[in-house]
Amino acid sequence: MSADLVSTLQARFPRLAPRPSGDHPAVNAPLEDVVPLLRCLRDEHGFDLLTDLTAIDWSPGASPRYTVVYHLLSTSRAGAYVRVAAPCAGTEEAPVAPSVTSLWAGADWHERECFDLMGVRFEGHPDLRRILMWDGYPYHPLRKDFPLAGIETELPAEDVAAETGTRVVAAPMAGGPFVASPGEINLTEAEPRAKDESWSDRAPQPGHTPLRLVKE
Amino acid sequence: MVTANTELGYNSKVEGGVIVSRADAAINWIRTNSMWPMPMGLACCAIELMAVGGARFDIARFGAEVMRFSPRQADVMIVAGTVTYKMAPQVRRIYDQMASPKWVIAMGACASSGGMYRSYATLQGVDRIVPVDVYVSGCPPRPEALLDALMKLQSQVRREPATRRLLSA
Repeated sequence: MSADLVSTLQARFPRLAPRPSGDHPAVNAPLEDVVPLLRCLRDEHGFDLLTDLTAIDWSPGASPRYTVVYHLLSTSRAGAYVRVAAPCAGTEEAPVAPSVTSLWAGADWHERECFDLMGVRFEGHPDLRRILMWDGYPYHPLRKDFPLAGIETELPAEDVAAETGTRVVAAPMAGGPFVASPGEINLTEAEPRAKDESWSDRAPQPGHTPLRLVKE
Repeated sequence: MVTANTELGYNSKVEGGVIVSRADAAINWIRTNSMWPMPMGLACCAIELMAVGGARFDIARFGAEVMRFSPRQADVMIVAGTVTYKMAPQVRRIYDQMASPKWVIAMGACASSGGMYRSYATLQGVDRIVPVDVYVSGCPPRPEALLDALMKLQSQVRREPATRRLLSA
């Protein structure tokens, strides 16, 4: 059935190419074909549910740098599932893809999330705001060039930042999260935190209130 | 001849229903035995916090069962869960709205230190934005651990120089 679906679609959209996939059928489509293709899949092939909408960052300098992926499911045919991938247009800093909110209202928040974390601008989206990070956050955290620990910026609220002297700081990574040193007898030194370079006993945590021990 | 003075201490015949004590002891006695929590439930620790309020663990035994969702009426903020940078200003503002005297319990690994969330989105310990009185370890802590933290906080409050602070405020 999967080969059937791809060849049927290819007859209608000649620029489609089959995408290697271990399970369900998948196609690569040019960006201009995405909306008509998804409409065709929804209306003529019964893929009525957009289960996910994500993007892939192929790392800085790659061409294309970003690919958006649409995951479609049919609620009427058991097991019918298809993925559509399309390379984004636009620049590396501001990739662009068409919004599919006109096809599925549920695409709204998926696209906001994709914009928030990857920075893909969805053209035609009714309200493209950040959904997880706060408004005004200057980065897109799931991009390959964004460090997991984060980048130091200001707190979302100026008054609180002024009062507490706290900033959004890079989190201590200790050579990678959850990586303990093997073969260490002293468990305190085996802890990921012991390898931490961002703060330690010698270099105190910035803006940290010293621990007040409670004595009986 | 020196005899033991049996009239010292409480004697209703002598003092007529009056008990002599220190002001600190009286004030702290009042404060420790009705600490109304501000349940700052932000993640799964809040589930354990609810268990603490339930019949099995029953935080009412310590006078802290009155969970106040209004910061104006709360004495102790229990930060139960992961504090993200997005939420941090709100946590601080709610703390600012609480009337003095006020205390903070950082419940669980996330509130104490960021826990396992070593990431761009998570505040690495709520003590960066509010002064914490008691830290509770655990992910999440057992209800008993939170009760222990409350008892520790109570013993801490009992030693506070309440009168001096009131007069100097």
